[in-house]
Amino acid sequence: MDERKLTAMHNDQSSLLSLRGLTKIYGSLVANDAVDLDVSPGSIHAVLGENGAGKSTLMKLAYGVVSPDAGEICWQGKKMDNWNTSIARELGIGMVFQHFSLFETLSVVENIALTIKGSRSELIERIKQVSREYQLEIEPSAMVNSLSVGQRQRVEIIRCLLQDLKLLILDEPTSVLPPQHVRSLFDALRKLQNNGVAILYISHKLEEIRELCDTATILRNGKVTGIIDPNKKSAHELATLMIGRDIPKIEQRQSTNKSENAILKITNLSAKNSDPFGPELKDINLSVFGGEIVGIAGVSGNGQQELGRIISGEDLRRDLPSSSIEILGQSVTNKDVTSRRDLGFSFVPEERLGRGAVPPMSLNQNTLLTAFKDGMLKNGFIQNNVVTQFTQKCITDFKVKCSGPSAAANSLSGGNLQKFLVGRELMLAPKFLFMSQPTWGVDVGAANEIRQKLISLRESGVAILVISEELEELFEITDRIYVLRSGRLSPSLTTSDVTPDEIGEYMIGETREETEHAV
Amino acid sequence: MQFEFERRVTPSRRVMMAVPFITIAITIFLSGIMLLLQGKSVGLTFYAFFIEPFESAYSISEIFLKFGPLLLIAQALAIGFRAKIWNIGAEGQMIMGAIAAGSVPVFLTDSSSIFILPAMIILGALGGMAWAAIAAFLKTKYNANEILVTLMLTSVALQVLYYLLLGPWKDPMGFNFPQTVMFQDAALFPPIIFGFRLNYSLVIPILFTIFAWIYMERRFGGFQLVVGGLAPQAATYAGFSSKGAVWKSLLIAGMAAGLAGMSEVAGPIGQLQRSVTSGYGYSAIIVAYLGALHPIGIIFAAFFLAVIHIGGDIALVSADLPISSVHIFQGLLLVTYLASYTFVNYRLKPRKVSQEQVGGASS
Amino acid sequence: MTPFEFFLAGTMSAATVFLLAALGELVAEKSGMLNLGVEGMMAVAAAVGFVVTYQTGSHILGFVIAGFAGIAVSLVFAVVSITFLANQVATGLAVGILGLGLSALIGKEHESLTITPPGSINIPILSELPFIGPVLFQQNIVVYLTILLAIMIAYCLNKTRLGLVIRAAGENPKAAEALSYSVKFIRFGSVAFGGLLAGFAGAYASTIYTPLWADGMIAGRGWIAVALVVFGTWKTGRIFLGAYLFGMVSLGELVAQSLGIGIPSQLLSAMPFIVTITVLAVISSNGARLKLHAPYALGETYDGSEPR
Repeated sequence: MDERKLTAMHNDQSSLLSLRGLTKIYGSLVANDAVDLDVSPGSIHAVLGENGAGKSTLMKLAYGVVSPDAGEICWQGKKMDNWNTSIARELGIGMVFQHFSLFETLSVVENIALTIKGSRSELIERIKQVSREYQLEIEPSAMVNSLSVGQRQRVEIIRCLLQDLKLLILDEPTSVLPPQHVRSLFDALRKLQNNGVAILYISHKLEEIRELCDTATILRNGKVTGIIDPNKKSAHELATLMIGRDIPKIEQRQSTNKSENAILKITNLSAKNSDPFGPELKDINLSVFGGEIVGIAGVSGNGQQELGRIISGEDLRRDLPSSSIEILGQSVTNKDVTSRRDLGFSFVPEERLGRGAVPPMSLNQNTLLTAFKDGMLKNGFIQNNVVTQFTQKCITDFKVKCSGPSAAANSLSGGNLQKFLVGRELMLAPKFLFMSQPTWGVDVGAANEIRQKLISLRESGVAILVISEELEELFEITDRIYVLRSGRLSPSLTTSDVTPDEIGEYMIGETREETEHAV
Repeated sequence: MQFEFERRVTPSRRVMMAVPFITIAITIFLSGIMLLLQGKSVGLTFYAFFIEPFESAYSISEIFLKFGPLLLIAQALAIGFRAKIWNIGAEGQMIMGAIAAGSVPVFLTDSSSIFILPAMIILGALGGMAWAAIAAFLKTKYNANEILVTLMLTSVALQVLYYLLLGPWKDPMGFNFPQTVMFQDAALFPPIIFGFRLNYSLVIPILFTIFAWIYMERRFGGFQLVVGGLAPQAATYAGFSSKGAVWKSLLIAGMAAGLAGMSEVAGPIGQLQRSVTSGYGYSAIIVAYLGALHPIGIIFAAFFLAVIHIGGDIALVSADLPISSVHIFQGLLLVTYLASYTFVNYRLKPRKVSQEQVGGASS
Repeated sequence: MTPFEFFLAGTMSAATVFLLAALGELVAEKSGMLNLGVEGMMAVAAAVGFVVTYQTGSHILGFVIAGFAGIAVSLVFAVVSITFLANQVATGLAVGILGLGLSALIGKEHESLTITPPGSINIPILSELPFIGPVLFQQNIVVYLTILLAIMIAYCLNKTRLGLVIRAAGENPKAAEALSYSVKFIRFGSVAFGGLLAGFAGAYASTIYTPLWADGMIAGRGWIAVALVVFGTWKTGRIFLGAYLFGMVSLGELVAQSLGIGIPSQLLSAMPFIVTITVLAVISSNGARLKLHAPYALGETYDGSEPR
């Protein structure tokens, strides 16, 4: 068993950081169950696992953001008591968070000054120097709220680089980057490795890990299922370790049932942003026909939120020309959410808790949220039996794991809640379904079920629009793809005719100057 | 040992039921300490506060007289609070309701028409609604914070009342006191029992409580408000209007407060004078919270606060307790309630201290 | 002094009450704490300040103890909303109600009594200047110290590490905690500082501006101070201007009386509130700007929990 051997090898004094039997429990969920992890100096060590496997919790334990319920943390072979972030930082550990821990209304240099001592001018000088060395360009006096997602990540990395860094922890760093920028990030990481810095790299993307890392610890349901050399295992073997079974393949067919006329048609839509630093939508043209799945690719923060809200009617812009948005040939530009739904429009937003569902309310009450017109009201009085029937059917038909229709929405796992929301919207028999980030934070099994549902829905002639950050997902299910960048939409691309790299080019933009602005 | 709060997976119903009782117990304990500090007899004071109000039929009737407006306003405020619309200007809406209703007997001093009282009810409701509508308009149109606006409007309403009482509406035979004429019988609610001040205006809060229960528990409109309060983005997603919620919440509260003001001038006070509200607008905030913002809970909370008010009046005489003690008691109730309510959503958990640290400290 | 000079000099004095309270609230809000109990803190401190000054004859002692009283009331707010994680709006209201009750109790034996205000300092030479001399340079020392304090707070919030940390706690408490700052500690400190300044504001109101005690004498000035922070879009300079504007408005009553203008006094009394509502509506209508300047996590309870 080479896994045993690897563990033994890492157990000696040479390991930089070792975690021993770490356990962390949240309520009834065991996020980490006696996890061991050893990072050797100068290595790039991956933590691989699917959504909800406990990777982020493990990293927060390693960095001292949260404290473990059991287990110990050793640094250079020495057991550390009272592990916390300031000790971790003093020892030379830096962390780049998945959802950045930056302060929006402070400038880059002010953000960095919160952790690094020194006068403003000194810091600016050091930031410039480091960003030159690692080719991570950034303007030190820029306000963070004016930066793109990719630039924010650079700020976090630079913040770590300014300390005497021995170990850098990155949590899903590529989820916010287009393919081309992933490469320059990897270049910077390799340069760091050459300078003797160890890297702990968290991801659920197999290919990345095979490209970058020397060792991988695989997590499943909070437990370590293997410690392996990712280059010596096939992607299939990695996936099996990660998920515990084969990844089911999605059954895919070409769209056959395409409608004559567009179900959704957006014409020359331009809209200012109420947030002064948000992107402005410019001259958007988009159409979705019945019987096809259309995807919108792009890095978050390029106008996806804004476009989504305008399509759904949550952001109602009465000043737009009436031809801007049409559903089933009717102008809906001036129509509110409810009237759009009456036309056969359904929508599942990316935030499940707090937008798609009211967290402390029961599934019954969450059914009422959008399905209330389905015979659930009589003269404004709520018909509880109708609501419960609907909810029960949704739970059964869509295999939602929960304690029943009266379970609170926030008691469900991400995947089950998403199945419930998709179920609720599909039971309303939409003619046009719009989904934003359909499988964010959803485990592989549920993600596949959801994708399969979308494909069979397409077969029945429904028009489907999907906004997603995950290129793999879009390639798997869509017929056509648009790319959104800086509030502009690319021309329509046929999925079977393009490569991920071509999509990546649209995500970055043509010129270098624009790149800086957009990404 | 250090403790920290850990969020419960689901709120504890058991704790939720216990919170009002714990709140009252702690408040009584703290008040007892304050009484000792003031050198008062704790036993005597609490006797005056909690037992004496029940010792005569008259004071029991007075409890119900206070119960009415507290119940009415608190039910309405709770609806708004659940939608997270912070109307804390019920006091001002009450004053405007009283003024609007009072205009009828002030101008028709001699009329004994049976339409006087219904006209006052309608005008009272409209007066309160109109005042609340200013805040609703400024909130929906200009995004002006309703807490500050409703509060400031209360100060303005008070000045409007003072102006009327010292100027155009002053009783010409009133020896220059700032008050209007005493209203004629046709402008007053008849007493339920002859000789007591308790009158038929009590019907209004009772009907309103039934309305509030149906609205919040059975109607889609109430559901929409609660969604807006819990998750504003979900309300927008579902197509529930946030502006509609502001208008609904404020108009309902304005109506209730206006009716409460009307009931006061057409009831125990019988005229317009400087203190038409007795602070009900503020006390109702406490009632709404203490009743867990629930229509049934509010009934008990309103009754409890009504007892406190009467008990305070009695203690003023029999235990020489300053009237401010009632305000302090109310403030303590709300402060304690808010702190106790935390245990519904959180549990206390000892902070993890590693063995090594304990060992290290002793060596 | 001519009536006009008197008006301007009075404006500075009246403005000092607003400015002190608003500066304290600004610091608390910058750390993410929306403390609506300012009125209550001021009332308690005003009563305490008056009683102490009346009994001891020392204005300084009155100020110091009033400051402590302000802190004490603010800590009730801090404990309930920070330690016990209660809703800040409701807690602020509760503390306001409690404070008003306490102030009445504390001041009960001193109702309607007066004290002699402390002398003003005459800045040599400058105070001899015609017109501006008596207006600008014959004020109580607290007026000048408050202006100095405003400058110091502006400097501290924008240019120092302490200010940076306070803003970080109000901006993104989770991130601040991840950088190993204790958000709760920072917020406790900021709220207590707000309490201290509200205490000074109360003492100034009851011992210098109108040196008498009457129940309810704060009369909504704490609430105006809260509104001033919004008007000033969380910027010290604008809050300063706002405080002076309101100082002027609140003197309108006196001026109108001295000039014999026939406006009902009630309208003038209501004026500060009407102006507050109007300015609030004007400033708030630009929602984007307000959002840009308001501390991002203002009013949000921070329970320190980590989502998994």
